[in-house]
Amino acid sequence: MHKMSGIVKSLKRNAGGYLFLAPWLVGFFVLTLYPMAYSLWLGFTDYDFTKPDATQWIGFGNYIKMFGKAFGLSQFTASTGEVMRVDPYYLKSLSVTFTYVFASVPLKLIFALAVAMLMNQKLRGVSFYRAVYYIPTLLGGSVAVAVLWRKMFEKDGLINSLLGALGFTNLPGWITNPKYALWTLVLLSVWQFGSSMIIFLAGLKQIPQEYYEAASVDGANKVRQFFSITIPLLSPVILFNLVMQMIGAFQVFTQAYIIGGGTGGVLNSTLFYTLHLYIQGWTYHEMGYASAMAWVLLFIIGVLTAIVFKSSNLWVSYGTGE
Amino acid sequence: MKTRTVIRHALTHLFIITLGVLMIYPIVWMIVSSFKPNNMIFSDPGLIPKAVTLENYVSGWKGYAGTTFGRFFANSLFMCVVAIIGNLISCTMAAYAFARLKFAGRNFWFAIMMITLMLPGHVTLVPRYILFNTFGWVGTYLPILVPKFLATDAFFVFLLVQFIRSLPKELDEAAIIDGCGKFGVFLRIIVPLASPALVTTALFTFLWTWDDFFNHLLYLTRPETFSVSRALRTFVGDAGAVSNWGGALAMSTLSMIPTFILFFSLQKYFVQGITTTGIKG
Repeated sequence: MHKMSGIVKSLKRNAGGYLFLAPWLVGFFVLTLYPMAYSLWLGFTDYDFTKPDATQWIGFGNYIKMFGKAFGLSQFTASTGEVMRVDPYYLKSLSVTFTYVFASVPLKLIFALAVAMLMNQKLRGVSFYRAVYYIPTLLGGSVAVAVLWRKMFEKDGLINSLLGALGFTNLPGWITNPKYALWTLVLLSVWQFGSSMIIFLAGLKQIPQEYYEAASVDGANKVRQFFSITIPLLSPVILFNLVMQMIGAFQVFTQAYIIGGGTGGVLNSTLFYTLHLYIQGWTYHEMGYASAMAWVLLFIIGVLTAIVFKSSNLWVSYGTGE
Repeated sequence: MKTRTVIRHALTHLFIITLGVLMIYPIVWMIVSSFKPNNMIFSDPGLIPKAVTLENYVSGWKGYAGTTFGRFFANSLFMCVVAIIGNLISCTMAAYAFARLKFAGRNFWFAIMMITLMLPGHVTLVPRYILFNTFGWVGTYLPILVPKFLATDAFFVFLLVQFIRSLPKELDEAAIIDGCGKFGVFLRIIVPLASPALVTTALFTFLWTWDDFFNHLLYLTRPETFSVSRALRTFVGDAGAVSNWGGALAMSTLSMIPTFILFFSLQKYFVQGITTTGIKG
C-alpha cells in the first residue's frame, strides 16, 4: 500500500515532464537512435536498395572498399567469398573534402574577424552595413546562388568577361578546369562569412574598452593590443566558430551538386564526401556502403572536433576577469 | 585631432562601402541580368541593362513538365507553413520540459539533446530513407514534414531552452498559486513571453525549409510536388545542359524574394538566432 502510493507519487511528479518531452523522445528514438544503430549494422553489410532480401554480412568489406586503394589493392575477397572491387574515388573524395575544409574554414574565419573588427567602431550605419554583408550568407546555401556561381565562373561567364575587360587573355573555364574548380567552391564558402562575423561582433562588444585604454597608456600599439587583448579574450568565440564551421564544411552538398551538375565535376575535382555518399547510396543503390561512409564521416568529424577542443586548453582563455 | 577623426571615419566608410559593393555585386548582377534579353546576359557584366525585358520571367514561369513555377512556389510555401507549425509546437514543448519542469532523467536527456545538436545528419540518412520508403512516404511531403513535429531540429530546442531559462520564475509560481497547472503555465506564461524566440524559430525554419535542397532531392520524385529549390535544379539540368539561362536567373531571383522580405523586416531576430546558437553559414 505504502509502496504503491510511492509509485503513484513518482509517476505524478514525472508525468508532466515526460508528457511535454514526448514528441522529442519519439523523434529521438525513431529518427535518431534507431537509424544510427541500423546504419551501423548496414555498414557491415552489402545492402542494396533494389534487392534488400539478398543482404549479406560482409564484415569490414565496406571499409576495405574505402581504404583499400591506399594499400595498393584493386580488389579483395570479402568474408562471403565474393570478390569486391575497391572504390577508386573514395580517397579522392576524402582529399577534396579535406582540402576544402582546411582552406575554407580558416580563410572564412580570418575574413569574418577582420570585417567584424571593422564594424566594431562607433560608425554611423553599422547595422545597415552588417545587413548588407550578411546577404551572401543569407542566400548562399540556396540552389539559386549555386546556379549563379556556376554561371559566373564558366568559360564565358561573368568573371571572365570582367577579367577580359581588364585586359586579361587566355582565361580558363574556372568550373571546368580541375585545377581551379574546387577553389571556386572555397571562394563561395568564404563569401558566406556573415554568421561568423555576427558572432565575432557580439564577442568583440563584450571586451571592456578600458583594457585597450590601459594598454595604450602602457604604450602597446594596435598590433600588440590585437594579439594581447582581442585574440585571448575572443578565443572562446573563435573556438565556437571554428568548431561550428568545421562541422558544417565537412557536410557541404548543395553547391557541389549544382556546380558539378550532379557529378563530381571534371576529373572528380569537386567530388565532395557527401556528394560521393549520395551517388553511392542513391545512384548505385549501395546503401550498405553509403552507411559505412557516413560512419567514417562521423568518426572524422568527431576526432577533429576532439582535437580542436583538446588543443583549446593551449589557446583558449576563459579568464575574462569579470 | 577632430579633422583627423573625421577623415579616418570617412575612409573607413569608403572602405566598408567598396567591400560591401564587391560582396553583393554577384547578387545585384543576377537580379539585373534577369531583366536582360537572353542573348545579352553573359556578354554584359555591367549593372545597368542596355535593354529591359520581362521575357525571362514569362519563359521561366512556365516551368517544365507542364508544371509552372506558380505550383513550385505554392509547394514550397505549403512545406514552410507546416514545418513552422511543427517546429513551434514540438520544440517549444521540449524546451519547456527541459527549462522548467522537474522530472527524473532530465539532465540525461538534455545531454543527449546537446549531442544530437552536433551530430552530422548523414549517419541517420540511409535508415531514415529505408524507413520512410517502407511507410510508402517517398514521393510525398511526409518525410520532410513529420520530423518537424518530433522536434528533430535540436537547434531550436536549445535556442528556446536558453530563452525560457532567462524568463523570471516568479511568474510561473504566481500562476501556479492562481491555480494554473503545468499546461496552463505553458500556454499562458511561457508561450507569450517566449514569443521573440518563437519568431526566431519560425524565421529560421522558414529559411531552412525554403532553401533546403538535399531532402527535397531525396524525397520529392514527381515534378508536381517539387519545391522551388528542387525545381530550379532540374531547370538547370545536368552538366550544363541548359538553354534558358535567362529563365533560370529570373526564377532564381524570384526564389530569393521571400528570404529578402523576411530578412529586412525581422533583422533583430536573425542576430538573436545566430548569436545564441551559431546557426548556419
